[in-house]
Parts: sequence; C-alpha cells; structure tokens
Amino acid sequence: MGFFSKLASSLKKTKDKIADTFSRVFSIDRIGEEFYDELLDALVSSDLSVNFAMEIVDELRETMIEGSVKDKDFVVQTLKDTLIEKCSDAGEFEVEYPTVIMMVGVNGVGKTTTIGKLANYYKQKGKTVTLCAADTFRAAASDQLTEWANRSDVRIIKHSEGADPSAVVFDAITSAKAKGTDVLIIDTAGRLHVKSNLMEELKKMSRVVEREYPEAQFLKLIVLDATTGQNASSQVETFDNAIGLDGVVLTKLDGTAKGGFVLSMLSENCVPVAYVGVGEKLGDLEEFNLEEFVDGLF
Amino acid sequence: MANVFSGLSEKLNHVFTKLTKRGTLTELEIKQAMREIRIALLEADVNLLVAKDFVNKVSEKALGQAVLKSLSPTQQVIKIVSEELTELMGSTNSKLLVSSELPTVIMMCGLQGAGKTTLSGKLALHLKKSGKKPLLCACDIYRPAAINQLKVVGSQAGVEVYEEGVKNPVTIAKNAVKYAKQYGFDTVIVDTAGRLHIDEELMQELIDISSEVKPTEILLTVDSMTGQDAVNVAKSFNEKLEITGCVLTKLDGDTRGGACLSVKAVTGKPIKFASVGEKLQDLEPFYPDRMAKRILGMGDVLSLIEKAQEVVTEEDARKLEKKMKENSFTLEDFLEQFEMVKKMGGVGDIMNMLPGMGMGKLKGVKVGEVDEKRIERQKAIICSMTKKERRDPSLLNYSRKNRIASGSGTTVQEINQLLKQFDQTKQLMKQFKGGKKRLPFM
Repeated sequence: MGFFSKLASSLKKTKDKIADTFSRVFSIDRIGEEFYDELLDALVSSDLSVNFAMEIVDELRETMIEGSVKDKDFVVQTLKDTLIEKCSDAGEFEVEYPTVIMMVGVNGVGKTTTIGKLANYYKQKGKTVTLCAADTFRAAASDQLTEWANRSDVRIIKHSEGADPSAVVFDAITSAKAKGTDVLIIDTAGRLHVKSNLMEELKKMSRVVEREYPEAQFLKLIVLDATTGQNASSQVETFDNAIGLDGVVLTKLDGTAKGGFVLSMLSENCVPVAYVGVGEKLGDLEEFNLEEFVDGLF
Repeated sequence: MANVFSGLSEKLNHVFTKLTKRGTLTELEIKQAMREIRIALLEADVNLLVAKDFVNKVSEKALGQAVLKSLSPTQQVIKIVSEELTELMGSTNSKLLVSSELPTVIMMCGLQGAGKTTLSGKLALHLKKSGKKPLLCACDIYRPAAINQLKVVGSQAGVEVYEEGVKNPVTIAKNAVKYAKQYGFDTVIVDTAGRLHIDEELMQELIDISSEVKPTEILLTVDSMTGQDAVNVAKSFNEKLEITGCVLTKLDGDTRGGACLSVKAVTGKPIKFASVGEKLQDLEPFYPDRMAKRILGMGDVLSLIEKAQEVVTEEDARKLEKKMKENSFTLEDFLEQFEMVKKMGGVGDIMNMLPGMGMGKLKGVKVGEVDEKRIERQKAIICSMTKKERRDPSLLNYSRKNRIASGSGTTVQEINQLLKQFDQTKQLMKQFKGGKKRLPFM
C-alpha cells in the first residue's frame, strides 16, 4: 500500500476543515491570468518555493492552449506530468551492504524516531542492524534510541550523556565490523544548520566513518519535517555543503502539511528523497515514490 | 543566505522609479509594489491567505499617502508594511498570567518536535529566576524517554519534576496539581506529548487534561521554521483548546519565521516568548518589531530609516531651512550636520538608504569608510576653531589656520579643503533657497 493511500483515512476527517486550495483553482472556468494566479497560490500553499511554483506555472502556460478548463483532468494531468518531469533527475537512492547511514538534521524533525523505523525496515529485509547513539547532547536521547532498539530488537552502541559523539561513532564502527553488521545507523544530535561549531562536529564524525570504515558504503541522510516551510532548502544546502548528502527522509507526512518543498529541492539539487515517515509506529516508514507524492498534492 | 531585502528593495525601487518625481503613492504603483510584498511574505512562510489579507490592508493604508520627504517611495512602502506587521503581531507581552488560586497551571501543547520539553525547562528556569517556585509535570507518556528528558531538563534548571511513569496523563496532571498545593509550588508547567492537530483521540486527551486542571495559560509551541501548514495547526489547537498564547521556538536559525504571523492572524493570541538557543536560559520576550523586519528580511536597514526620522526632527529641518533662507548657515551648523550623520550610523549606511543608491551598487566600495574618517578630521578642525571663527570663516588667516591645524592634528591644506566644501554647501543652499528642493534626509 502506498503511503498516500495509507494516509487517506487520516486525512479524510480534516478534509472539510481545511480549505482545499486546488478545488478553488479548478472552479475557475477559463484558463487565463486569474487561473494562473490561483494556481501559483495553490502551489505555494503546499510549500513549494515561490520561484519553483512560478516556473511550473510558466511551463504550464506554454503547454496549455488558452481556453476552457472544463476538462479538469487534462489540466491536472499536465500539471502532474510537468512536476514529475522536473523532479525526476535527482537520481536513485541505493543501498549496498555493508552500509553506514548517518542521520542528520535540525532539532525536532524526527531523526531518532526515523532511525527506530529504519532499524525495523532493514531488519524486515533480513539485514543485521546496529544503532549508534551519537546524540550525546539532548537530554535522554540515547534512552529514546535504546527504546527503539528494543522494539525492533537490534543492537545499540552508546556512551554516557555529554560524551564525544565521534568517540561513540568510533566504537560503533569497531563493533559493527566485529559483528559483521549489514547496516550501522548513526543518530546525531539535532543542530540548526547555522551553528558552524556544531556543523564542524558533524564533519568530524563523518571523517571518522570515512577513515575507520572505508570498505562500507557511507550514506548521509538528512531528515526534514514536512511541516517546515521555505527554510528546508537552506537546511539541505548547508548540510550538503558540510558533509555531502546522499538522501532525504521526509517525516510527519501524516499531518496536514504537504512538504512541497521537496519538489523544489528535487528540481534544484540532486539529492534524492529516500524515505517518508507517516506516523509514530515502527512500520510507519515508506520508500519515496514521486508519482504518489505528486498525486498527494492535489 | 542572500540578503532578501536587497531583492525586495530593488524590485520596489524598480516599481517606483517613475514615482520619485511625484508626491503620493498611486493605485497602480501600490498594486505592483504589493505583488512584490506578497511574494516576499510567501517566501518568508507567511500563509497565503494571511499574506493576501495583509497586503489588502496595507494597500488601503498606503494609497494616497504622501511620501515622507526623508524617504524614498520604496522605503515609505516598506515602512508602512513593517509598521503594519509589527502591529499585527501585537505588543511585547511576555507576562505570564497568574491564577488567583495557586498553583497557576501552564499547559504546553504543540506538534511533535516543536520543542515543548526543552521549552518547559526554559520556562521553569525563567519562572524560578523571577522568584517563583515552579513544578514540572511529565505528561508525555508516548514518546520513548520523554519523561527522562524532562527529568534531565528539570535537574539542569534546578526544578523538581513530577512524574508517575506511563499512566493516564489526565490523572498525572491532576495529581501534579495536588502535589504542588501540598508542597507549596506556585506554578505547575504541564509538558504534554507532541501530537498532530488532526489526531482526534490525542486532541481529546488535551481537552481532558485542560478541563481537569483548568490551566491559566495554554501555550502553543510553534517551530519558527513551520511553513504554510502553521495556520491549520494553530487553528485546530485554538479551536479545541482555546489557547492563551504562543511561543516561537528555534528562532536562532536562519528562518524568516513568517509562521508566527500566520499563527497570530488565525488565533489572535499573543506570542509570548521566543526561544533562541540550545541553552536553558535562551528564552526571550517576543519582539514584534524585530520579527517584522526579519519576516521582510531587512535586518537593520529599517532601523536606519527610523533613525533618520528620529535624528532629523521636523524642528531641526525647519531650523535649517530658516538658516538657508537667511543665508546664515555657519560652520557650527556644518558641524551639527556631521553629528546627525554620525548618529544615523555613518555615511556608508546613509548612502545605501538614499533613493537611487541600491545596496548592491555600493557593495565593495569603501567610500563610507574613507568618508567617515574624513568627517572625523573635519569635525576636529571645526572644534579647534573659536566660536567667532566658526561664525565667520573669513577671519581665518594663515596664522589662525596654523593654530587650528596643530590643535586638531591636521594640516592647513585640509582646513582649506573644508572651507572650500563649506563654501560649496553654502552655494548649494542658495540654490535650494526659495525652491522646493530639499537636501537629502532633511
């Protein structure tokens, strides 16, 4: 079952409460300036960046022949095709074992929860998983991760609070190598991307992995909260500059936010979206599917 | 990040190029300007409907308004926008309501990851510092280790944490209030689990807690990086819980924070605090004016505009005008002008503010720096003159100039340069005299 169909039930109850901007767009009978203005607004309402929304609208303007919007399906399809075409160059997210996955992101986006779900996801695939509690900053973060490790019954390597996160990473790698773990997932402390000292700390952890475990694939995933607005692109840019990102995990898609910034992002820089989070339970993680995601916008 | 203001400012400048010769803002120009403002607001994550509403309101205000002489039309519009934004976001109001019957209960609520637990700790520390005796209450029974997190935060703040492990949160909250009464705590901060505003079951739980402990404050914690969805979240929480205020978190990032405007607009509730850092003491009152500037992405530029208005009062301007008419402009007035320039933050900044001098154009040119040094020296020269000399520069002969040069640490040449400049200014003023032209920033 695709993640959007899974969401349909939870979205239904609020559908009448939340202004459906796109239905307003299509209530306009003629394709003209008013239609394009409303369309732009609707796209922006889904948190697409203003520039990208403009680009899409301009593109649609070119493909559309001025006239009636009576055939709504045709317009919607053209719009979807345009979006998908613009966003499909970001490449695929592929995992080769053994792999080290480092999860990064700003505070409160759901890194630890996502790791809990990822552990379960890989375990279901028959892989061995080790978690590394390198968020030594936030109060009780390693307790939280331990709880997740227990839930999916995987190993966890942790130090005490306030320890050097790179040291935890080092130990986790040693352990993963010794045990021949397929997937090592590193939890890092949430950090605002504007704090350069914390970004340096992340670079150091990244260097430790590269140096200590060169034979493993090293993937750096940024976790983005779907409720975030235009700031998401700044987050991706800064984290990418610091450590080089391999993929995005989009969380909290079970709310009313659409996470449209992902599309702007996919069209601009080539970081693919790997997974989406759709709830707080162990199984609430799905592989990203562009078509379904675009469908979900309308 | 790119300075968004320069973008907005340039776009507005472009809209207004034709306007500079005329006096009032016309409908068409306003319309074009408002389009740019709307986009700027959207880029700052202000909700679309809120942005539209706002722009309509501002257009009405701006229409037909005379452009202040000290400002370019662009600055004028930005000023109106910024004032309106500030007004809309309410006054600085970080006072927490206190219940007549102790303990005062503060209930925190919000989405997952908004920063409730950390904020609870920050509030507890804030209250403790202001002489209160707060008690933290752990009602997040869902997220793994959330109770532990609150305990750690509590110990960092030196505030006791009431918890019963994983039990019914309504009961925990009720017992916490009882405990507080018994042991003399005057405030109970109830940390609740993060939840989606569309999760009926968990929203009901909040309603139940609320009707059980009757909080004086129900604070909605809002991540300042939230996008368009902020209105939906705030609306739902407010409708279900009748919140009393909001707190913005993670404002130490580079988000423009338009969400706070959306939240304020749909709830009408004050934004009480802003959380600005990783440490527990990083909690500030909410400053609407600063936030307005941040949303528009213009940093200090607006304050410069304000400063210009502040420093050059109407009275000053009139006095100067009179002097011009009487042709009695002296070196003393010249000195006064230098002071004004300095008060406004230096030549470089002022140049940037002048109509037609976009911020971009001056970037990299060190003209401001050089000029400021020169102004300092010129001030020194005038200060080394006697009052008589200042009023009548024709007194200055070679020997007097020598004295002034050694007194001010300058050279006779520089004094001559200054006198020449002064003469030119006077000439210029004669031209202004009678005419309607005015000097910049006057």
